[in-house]
Amino acid sequence: MTSSPASGAVRTGKPARTAPAAHPFVRYAVRRVITSILLVIGVTLVTFVLTNLVPGDPVAAALGQRAAEDPTIVAHFRAEYGLDKPLVLQYFTYLGNLVHGNLGVSTTTHNPVASDLAKALPATLEIAIGAIVLSVIIGVVLGTVAAYRRGKVSDHVLRVVSLAGLSVPTFWLALVLYYVFYFKLHIAPGSGRLSSDFNTPHTVTGLYTIDALLAGQLDTFFDALSHLFLPVLVLTLYTVGLLTRFVRTAVLEILDQDYVRAARAKGLPTRTVVWSYVLRGASIPVLTVVGLAFGSLLSGTVLVESIFSWPGIGSYAYQAASHLDLPGVMGVGLLIGVMYLLVNLIVDLLYGILDPRVRIA
Amino acid sequence: MSLPTVTTDEIDPGKLRWRRPRLRLGRWSAPLGIAGAAVALIWILVAVFAPLIEPHDPLAQNLPILQAPGHGTFMGTDELGRDVFSRVLSGASVTIPLSLLLVVMSVLIGAALGSIAGFFGRWVDELIMRITDLVMAFPTVILAMVIAAALGASLFNAVLAALIVSWPSYARLTRGLVLSLRQSNYVVSGQLLGFSALRSLWRDIAPNILGPILVLASLDIGTAILLLSGLSFLGLGAKPPTAEWGSMVSDAVQNFDSWWLGLFPGLAILTVVVAFNFIGDALRDALDPKSNTLRGGGLTL
Amino acid sequence: MSILTISDLHISLRTPDGPRPIVDGIDLVLEKGRIHGLAGESGSGKTITALAILGLLPDSMTASGSITLASDAGATELLGAPRHVLGAIRGRRVAMVFQDPSTSLHPQIAIGRQLTDHMRHHLKLRKDAARPRALELLERVKVPDPEGALKKFPHQFSGGQRQRIAIAVALACDPDVLLADEPTTALDVTVQAGILELLRELVDDSGVSVLLVTHDLGVMSAVADEVTVMRSGVVVESAPREQLFTHPQHEYTKSLLAALPGSALEASPETLVHDLLAAPAAAAPSQEDSP
Repeated sequence: MTSSPASGAVRTGKPARTAPAAHPFVRYAVRRVITSILLVIGVTLVTFVLTNLVPGDPVAAALGQRAAEDPTIVAHFRAEYGLDKPLVLQYFTYLGNLVHGNLGVSTTTHNPVASDLAKALPATLEIAIGAIVLSVIIGVVLGTVAAYRRGKVSDHVLRVVSLAGLSVPTFWLALVLYYVFYFKLHIAPGSGRLSSDFNTPHTVTGLYTIDALLAGQLDTFFDALSHLFLPVLVLTLYTVGLLTRFVRTAVLEILDQDYVRAARAKGLPTRTVVWSYVLRGASIPVLTVVGLAFGSLLSGTVLVESIFSWPGIGSYAYQAASHLDLPGVMGVGLLIGVMYLLVNLIVDLLYGILDPRVRIA
Repeated sequence: MSLPTVTTDEIDPGKLRWRRPRLRLGRWSAPLGIAGAAVALIWILVAVFAPLIEPHDPLAQNLPILQAPGHGTFMGTDELGRDVFSRVLSGASVTIPLSLLLVVMSVLIGAALGSIAGFFGRWVDELIMRITDLVMAFPTVILAMVIAAALGASLFNAVLAALIVSWPSYARLTRGLVLSLRQSNYVVSGQLLGFSALRSLWRDIAPNILGPILVLASLDIGTAILLLSGLSFLGLGAKPPTAEWGSMVSDAVQNFDSWWLGLFPGLAILTVVVAFNFIGDALRDALDPKSNTLRGGGLTL
Repeated sequence: MSILTISDLHISLRTPDGPRPIVDGIDLVLEKGRIHGLAGESGSGKTITALAILGLLPDSMTASGSITLASDAGATELLGAPRHVLGAIRGRRVAMVFQDPSTSLHPQIAIGRQLTDHMRHHLKLRKDAARPRALELLERVKVPDPEGALKKFPHQFSGGQRQRIAIAVALACDPDVLLADEPTTALDVTVQAGILELLRELVDDSGVSVLLVTHDLGVMSAVADEVTVMRSGVVVESAPREQLFTHPQHEYTKSLLAALPGSALEASPETLVHDLLAAPAAAAPSQEDSP
């Protein structure tokens, strides 16, 4: 991208173009999207290989012991999944099924996995979005403060606390907080997304809080919000530790940059320097971490939701895993894998918006 | 696992082949690191000597059910009449050795593959990096969960699943380090002298990549413990009646009002992981002076 | 008259092994409307001295002595001044140009904004009032297409243009003093001459006083009016340009001068600038920065 003057190819404001070239950001975006698609295919390959890796009879694993004893069901299953054909063709059958939204049938709920997941996803999104937003705000603030006070007591305290936060087993934290806040202190409501005397608001987004607001049902809104409190708290505590450390490192590196010193030399007030110069410079590495944090957040939901009886994909995964419901587990794995890839793609595209060096020649 | 924020040590190609990294002790991280080492050591001893110290047989169901701590037991009893304290001690002998084994093997496999990728380049590098990309496209716990479920629930399979998920970050780190070292003078001169690839890797490159890998590994032990106990929590690791901290917490969810059932195993996990994380942090500060300590005058004079 | 006076400046670095002196008692006087060169090798303490003037020393360094800025209202002590005093001085009365414009300009902020944000802060200008000033500044430093340049980002310009922009940024609030820290070191030789000519022009036109920090005596001989030579934190010699280059007193100065290409000792500024331009004839002519 850079050119050396010595080579004679000095770049002026308007590079000469011999043919109309696509806008560099479009080129970049297309490249990233293609990579993501390839990765998604890779992800499906992984789940496919794993489903076939199952020791023992894959049919029994997919259908459950009882169904596997019924010859008609087995025959139908073998036909639908092409189990008699060579492995490569099986993969394409599998891929075809995926494209049609067929993720198999759960051996525990006996519903199609796809519809189970579709029902469960909004619940997880509700806590995931809440947790990531809170974590980012708190993490950026704490990380920046720690960086500015490098070497002082508050910096060390923050570092130690965030390290401790990273060391906590999320499932245990969920249990402890549930016990303390619900059972002992009666501050938080019990399990589930709504108390028993409330009805589910009319579904627009699937997020009870938003739906309740949209329907004007304020008391439902507050009830849903209070149920969100504990799961979001647990997930946030876990992610904040991660984010604070990374933001601190990112901001430290920015503070060493010449342009921060130059901004101070211009006499700009500190809040302008921090906001317009430092945080803008840190926005790109922080964005990277947010992408990663989302991944760890999704993992967290698997470990945490069941404790709050939160009917999201995390609980679904827990149930599927503990009953060795293979279609269920694979379905969740695939869904979360794709979601994670999507988030990282969005992050990469946002780079293009945040860094002019990427989007302009 | 966790992203490394370490950088390579300064390599001085003109002088020595290997320069011992300067040990600078961070003001807080050093004492915390020592405290961590002490706690870790205690837990390792517990893991080794558990059968000798535990007051009861962790599998014996002969005590009164769901008894709170204090009435003759240190940590209470569970719903099957087993002593929680003994099970916690016994759990150390399951989790800690397996986690250490997991990290060691991840390092070996990851560093080997990463070195090969970085050293030989071209299609070998492409291939290995695409595989790491694929593995890292999943959040770790999720992929481990999927693999462990496919392989069948057992501790062995859980460790295997965790291993598959853990080696890529070492591969990436090693590859990066090897790539930057490959161009340095003494490696090139070694090759000109006719060193075989293996000899170059072993004698010239290996000593210089130990530092960052060690830091990553020490911070990774905690992650390994959390991963393994997480898998057991999901029912994909240790099978009952084995006393394992993660599965103990999982059992505790059913009887959450018996607070001692979940609290102590989780506290055990927490203290071990915190201990190793403090050690890792101290190591990172010691071996990578740029990461946290004050920089005096990094200016153009 | 003197606009900036440094007296008995000591700067030391706090190390685990005790304080290490970086600048060990220097005196320097910058006369109004002149270019004063501060010369020395790396490690001589010259850049640190410049940073000390604006109070930009890292926390690990302590300074003592006096740095005063003269004005119609009297002299202001800059060393150890409270934050609000420094905040009013920085960028407004004393401005700085850094060595590498590709790092001293923020890569993600359009240069129009980088030109005007401190202008609006110090001079309380509204956006539409600041814009014509920014355009005028770009014209003064001879950046082509000022209108279009405002919206562009640093990476879209060449190295020489970036440094011109950085100079424009420094001059935005019409400061009395310009600190230039190795302004040409990061640039191509063919481009350096243009920057130096620009500095000379700006001083002659607007009367700004420049403290030019550099290790390159060739640069010094081209544009400086007075020169102070530093070595290991102390002043070794200080004299008007002619005198220093024709009759150097100190051994160190003599050895520095001896290292220069022979003709520099007796060249006039104009000849030297043309020499600098002519020298790398083998390199491809650059498309920007026509002198």
